[in-house]
Amino acid sequence: MTLDLTQFHDAFFEESFEALDSMEAALLKLDLGAPDSELINTIFRVAHSIKGGSATFGFTEIASFTHSLETLLDELRSNKLQVTSPTLDLLLKSVDAMRDMLRAVQTKTPIDSQRVADLQFDAEQILAHRNAAPAESAAGAPAAAPAVAAASALAAAPAVASAPPARHWKISFRPYPELFARGNDPLRMLRELNELGTLEVETSFDSLPSFGKLNTENCYLSWNLDLTGEVAEAAIREVFDWADGDCDLDVVEVTTAAAPAVDSDIVNYDLIAEFDAMIAADAAPKYAPVVVAASPAPTNGSATAGAAEIAVLDDPVMPSPPSAGAEPARSRTAAEPSMAADGKTPKSEASAASGIGDSGSIRVSVEKIDELMNTVGELVITQSMLSQLGKNLEGPSSEQFRLGLAELERNMRELQESVMRVRMLPISFVFSRFPRMVRDLAQRLGKEVNLILNGEHTELDKTVLEKIGDPLVHLVRNSVDHGIEMPDVRKANGKPSFGTLRLDASHRGGNICVEVGDDGGGLNPAKILSKARSRGLVGPNDVLTDAQACELIFVPGFSTAETTTDISGRGVGLDVVRRNVKELGGTIEVRNELGKGARFVITLPLTLAIVDGQSISVGKQNYIVPLISIIESLQIKQGALNRVAGQGEVFSFRGDFVPVIRLHEIFGVEPRTHELHKGLIVIVEGDGRRVGLFVDDLLGQQQVVIKSLETNYGHIDGVSGATILGDGSVALILDLPGIIRRAGAGVRAN
Amino acid sequence: MNQVATTEPSSGAEQFLTFVLGGEEYGVTILQVQGIQGWDRCTPIPNTPEYILGVINLRGAIVPIVDLRRRFGMPAAEFGPTTVVIVVRVATERSERTLGLVVDAVSEVCNVNAEERQPAPDFGAGINTDFVKGLATVDKRMVILLDIDRLVSEGLLGEISVH
Repeated sequence: MTLDLTQFHDAFFEESFEALDSMEAALLKLDLGAPDSELINTIFRVAHSIKGGSATFGFTEIASFTHSLETLLDELRSNKLQVTSPTLDLLLKSVDAMRDMLRAVQTKTPIDSQRVADLQFDAEQILAHRNAAPAESAAGAPAAAPAVAAASALAAAPAVASAPPARHWKISFRPYPELFARGNDPLRMLRELNELGTLEVETSFDSLPSFGKLNTENCYLSWNLDLTGEVAEAAIREVFDWADGDCDLDVVEVTTAAAPAVDSDIVNYDLIAEFDAMIAADAAPKYAPVVVAASPAPTNGSATAGAAEIAVLDDPVMPSPPSAGAEPARSRTAAEPSMAADGKTPKSEASAASGIGDSGSIRVSVEKIDELMNTVGELVITQSMLSQLGKNLEGPSSEQFRLGLAELERNMRELQESVMRVRMLPISFVFSRFPRMVRDLAQRLGKEVNLILNGEHTELDKTVLEKIGDPLVHLVRNSVDHGIEMPDVRKANGKPSFGTLRLDASHRGGNICVEVGDDGGGLNPAKILSKARSRGLVGPNDVLTDAQACELIFVPGFSTAETTTDISGRGVGLDVVRRNVKELGGTIEVRNELGKGARFVITLPLTLAIVDGQSISVGKQNYIVPLISIIESLQIKQGALNRVAGQGEVFSFRGDFVPVIRLHEIFGVEPRTHELHKGLIVIVEGDGRRVGLFVDDLLGQQQVVIKSLETNYGHIDGVSGATILGDGSVALILDLPGIIRRAGAGVRAN
Repeated sequence: MNQVATTEPSSGAEQFLTFVLGGEEYGVTILQVQGIQGWDRCTPIPNTPEYILGVINLRGAIVPIVDLRRRFGMPAAEFGPTTVVIVVRVATERSERTLGLVVDAVSEVCNVNAEERQPAPDFGAGINTDFVKGLATVDKRMVILLDIDRLVSEGLLGEISVH
C-alpha cells in the first residue's frame, strides 16, 4: 500500500510555521539564568514535532538539523546546560533557519546548506564548551538558586562521559504491539542508531504468535541492541522519542575500564530521574529493581516525596535535592500522574500555562466569514419579521410559538455576536514580531532598547491588520536605528542607558490609533529644513514651523540614503510608510521633541472593526456614538446654560465650560425637543476637545460592526461609518472629531 | 461606457429592464441589475443632496438609495405600492459600487436590437442628456436607455465631493 504523503505537506508546513512562531515567542520569554522548564518543553516539542514530520515526509535536511537542535535543547531541558545569551541567539537563529528551510522545501528551492551547517557547528561548539567548563556556568549564575548549582554538578558527568574513548551501551527495545499504529517505524530508529556508532542488532521473536493468530498491523518483534561509540545517553533516547509510551526501553551502559566509576554512577542517576517519572506515571513495578540497584538514596528521595514536598522543589530558595533540580518538569509529573499518562512531560498543562503552543485553530478564508456574516444578517431580519408576526398571532399554540420565537431571538443574537468576533483579531498578531526584531536590531547596533507593548488586545479587522504590519516594522526599525542613541550618548545626555520604545494601540474616536514612540534624540527640525532647502523641496525664503519641518520627512524626495546619516536618520522610506497608511484611508503624523524623542501616530479607520457603541436618538433617527469617546451623559437644569457672544451655548461641567453641539442642527433632522433640559447632553471627547452633544434620548449599548459608507457611496463629514442593527435597519456611526470640526464656529466660541 | 453601446455587435440584441418614471419609460442594461425589491424605509444620511434618500442594508452591505425622480428634477411623488428599488451595480473609475434607484414601477425586460436604437437627440442647453445612452423603440413605445455608470461617476459622486 502506498500512501501519497504530498497531500499532507500543506498541513505540515502550516503547522510547522505556526509552531516556529510559538517557539520563537517562548524563546523570547526565556529568562537567562532561571529558565522556565515549561517554556523549554514547549520549545523542545516544536523542534521535536518538526523533526518527526520532516523525517516522515523525507525532508532529511530539516530533520537532521532539528535533530542536532534537539540535542542542544535536551541539554537545556535537563538543566545540564545553562541558558545563556549566545545559546539563545543560536536558538533564535535556528528558528529563522528552520523557517527558511521549510520555505525552501515548500517552494522547492534549494536549502542554504552552508548556513545550516554553520548553525549546526555552533550548536556543537556550545555543547562542547559546556562540557569543558561546567563550573563556570555555576559560578556565572550564583543567584540562580541551588537547583542550578545541582544541575551543573550533574553536568560534570556527561562532560567526562562524552569524552573519548567510546562507550558501550546495551539497549533493550521492546515495542508494544500498537507501535505501528502510531506511525513509528522501528527500522528507521535502528538506522538512526546505526549512525551514532557501531550497532549490533539482535532481534527477539519470542512474542511472535502462530501464523493464524498473526495480526499484520501489530508489532511482535523486540530488539536487544549493542551500541558502541561516543554517544551520550540522551542521544540514544532521542532516537526512541517518537515511540515514547509505545514501548519499553532500557538503556544501560556497560561500564568499561576506561570510564571512571563516578561517571557511571551519575549517568545512572540521571536515568533514575527518568525512571522515577515513569514509575510515578504508570507505577510499573518492573523498573523498581533497576532503580534501587543503581542508587537507592536519591531515588527514595524523589520517588516517595509527597505532593507538598514536590511543590517546594520548584522554589529556588529552598535547598532542593539534586534530582529535583535536574528534572523539575519530571517532579511535576510525579505530582500530577494523570497528566503524564505517556510518562513524559505534561503537554496540555504546559501549553495552557504559558499560553503558547497548540492553539487548536483552523484556517478559514475571509470571504467565507463575510458570507457567513451577511447570511446571519439576513437571518436576523427574517427573525425579527417572524417576531412581529408572532405578536399578533392568536390561537391555542400561539403562546408556545412566542416562546420559541424568544428562544430564536436569543440564539440569533449569540450567533451574530460570535460571527462578528471571528473576523476580528487582536493587534498582538502584528506586535508579536517586534520583541524579536527589536532585540536583534539593538544587539546589532550595540544599543539597549526596552520595548513596551500596550493595547495588544485592541481588536481590528484582519484586512487592516495585515496591511499595517509593514509600515509599523518600518517605524520600529527607524526608531531603534536612528531614534534611540548609543548607550554612552544617552548617559552623557542624562538619560538611562537603555532606550525605551513604546508601541501603543487603542480605539480612538472610531479609529484605530497605533503609536510608535521612542525616547531617543528626536528629529532636528533645523537640520531637516536645511536639507530640504538644499534639495529644493522648500524655497529658500519659506518659513516653516518646527512641526511643518518635521512633516517634511514624509515627502517622497526627501528620503535618500545619504540623508540617513546626516539627519538623525529619519526619512528612510517614510514616504512609503505614509503612502501605505493613506492607502488604508488613514493618516500618520509625527510628534517630536528634540532631544527627548519622537512619536509617530498612525490613525486608521476601522473598515470592519467592532466598536462598543451607545445608541442615541434624535427625532426619528438613531445614531451610534462610540462608547470610548463618551465621558458622561447628563440632563442639565433649566437655566444652566450660558451664552457666549449671544450664540455659542456653553454650560459648566465639573468646573469646565463645555460647548453644546446640537446634533439635530448638524445633521439637519427634526428633533423631538429643542429645549436642552428636556433632552440629554452626552459629554464626548474628540480631537482632544470636550463637547456636549445634545440628543433626544439614550437607547441601549451594543457592540456594532462598522461598515464602510465609502464602498458604495463616499465620505460624509461627521460620520465614520454605518452599522446594521438587530432589526436589519442601518444606523450611522458618529465621527466625533468630524462633528466638532463641522460645528466649528460654535466650538471656537469657547 | 458610451462606446459599449456603439461597439455592441449589431446582430446581438441587448436586454434592458424597463421602468416607469413620471409617465416616461426608461431602461437599464439588465446585466447591471442586481435585483428589485419593494420600497422600504431607509436611513437618511446628513448633508447630502436631496435625491439621496439614505442608505439601506442590502445583505450586509450599506447601499445608498437614489430617488431618480428627484435626480432628474421631476416633481416628487408619493411612494405607493408599486414603488420599487432597482439595485444596480455600476463601475466607477476606482471601483464597482452598488446603489438602489427608486422608480415608480418596473415594467418588463425587453430585447433591444441595435437597429432599434438611436442616439439621444440634442435638446440644446436646456435639457441635460448626459445620462441618456440612447433611445429605443419597443412595441411602438419609446424607451430612454440610461447610462447609469455616468449617472454615478459624473452626477452623483461629483456632487458629493462638493460637500
